[in-house]
Amino acid sequence: MKIILNIWRQQNATSAGRMVRYEVPNANEHMSFLEMLDVLNEELTRKGEDPVTFEHDCREGICGCCGFMIDGVPHGPQRGTTVCQLHMRHFHDGDELWLEPFRAKAFPVIKDLMVDRSAFDRIIASGGFISVNTGSAPDGNALPVIKKCSDMAMDAAACIGCGACVASCPNASASLFVSAKISHLGQLPQGQAERDRRASRMVLKMTDEGFGYCTNTGECEAVCPKGIKIENIARMHRDYIKASATFREETSGGGAG
Amino acid sequence: MSSIAVNSGLNRTATFYHSVVGKKVVMAVSGFVLSGFVLGHMFGNLQLFQGREKLNHYAEMLQSLGGLLWFARFVLLSAAVLHITAAFQLWRLKNEARPQAYVKKAHIATSYAARTMIWSGPIVGAFLVYHILHFTTGQALGDQFIKGDVYHNVIVGFQNPAASFFYIIANILLAIHLYHGVWSMFQSLGVNHPKYTPKLKTLAKVYGWVIGIGNVSMPLAVLVGLVK
Repeated sequence: MKIILNIWRQQNATSAGRMVRYEVPNANEHMSFLEMLDVLNEELTRKGEDPVTFEHDCREGICGCCGFMIDGVPHGPQRGTTVCQLHMRHFHDGDELWLEPFRAKAFPVIKDLMVDRSAFDRIIASGGFISVNTGSAPDGNALPVIKKCSDMAMDAAACIGCGACVASCPNASASLFVSAKISHLGQLPQGQAERDRRASRMVLKMTDEGFGYCTNTGECEAVCPKGIKIENIARMHRDYIKASATFREETSGGGAG
Repeated sequence: MSSIAVNSGLNRTATFYHSVVGKKVVMAVSGFVLSGFVLGHMFGNLQLFQGREKLNHYAEMLQSLGGLLWFARFVLLSAAVLHITAAFQLWRLKNEARPQAYVKKAHIATSYAARTMIWSGPIVGAFLVYHILHFTTGQALGDQFIKGDVYHNVIVGFQNPAASFFYIIANILLAIHLYHGVWSMFQSLGVNHPKYTPKLKTLAKVYGWVIGIGNVSMPLAVLVGLVK
């Protein structure tokens, strides 16, 4: 099958980018979308041109590395699928597609379709963790976990941090990502000790990284390859409101007593 | 000595408002106040259909509230100022958050109402100023304004097709604004549950329709001569 691609080419973060048209005449329906791009890149390399840069790692839909816009939708037209797991059988011979990087101030373009998502890492570092003592493993089931909470925490934990939520959001908000991390830890007993601090710091970090705000459009939920629900965003708002009212920041120095 | 610091109230509020979540909470609470007012205002005004005496009597009753009326006006004005300020700041944040627009962008879940909040809002805001000058203080009605005779003012005001047209457009936009806003404010305040959210979304739709039909019916009725 033949696929026509309009791909955003941008040399680096500071240079201006533009759409360039390519044809892939020898794609077939069994290829994944990334394999189809591999074929294009081999051809470009053979011709001595610069291959198209895109991020990828596991190609199994679980690492969160890949992702770009296909016709204005992150990860393309197939719901609940990362772009590496999107197969060419969902397209037709002669289709013309538009590929662009995820766009947000907090996601600067590194090159072509690859963006720098370290802002997500910095948000996680600000509060997306629990503190436990190292040493021998605790006894199994020593800490009771309510089944419903563990299920909902697991649903939130499915987030792979790909950034499709930011990319699809009309306001470039990271609310779905941040709320998934807050919901993942905040619903488990292990996450209670730092629950207020986590909500407070992660929301403020998200704000300072330059992400937008949530207007409850549901666009993120619709494109999330892991089906994260905006119910989590409401939970983040609840936790943040509560933390704002009651959270007490620890001061440096001084012991407990 | 414990090592816990308690932020001052002012500091706490400033930090809260600095965050994107805090601004949305302000939008939601002020929106809640305003949307509640809009419903009460509409039901009060629908007495237009019950005749001159009924409507003027209702206006008189409101005026007789005195201090309470001014308190209500103060709350509403504060809510409007907060709603508009937060909206403006959020709108700026939105533009900053995505400096380079997509060449091609699809909307697969966003409703028309949600997409146009930033347009329906300011137009309704401008309408609000006109509406107050029209029927409350009377400048927009000029010599025809009779203080205290609300029924007369409404009839004369709506017999002007241009004015009525503006009322109809603004109230359709208000209905669209509420269609997203009434559900959205619950989500922003952290209320989302699979059991209740679908009901809240239905409530928002009904709310939008009721306000839209109710408010449009008045200028329309006068315009076609149903109410004289």
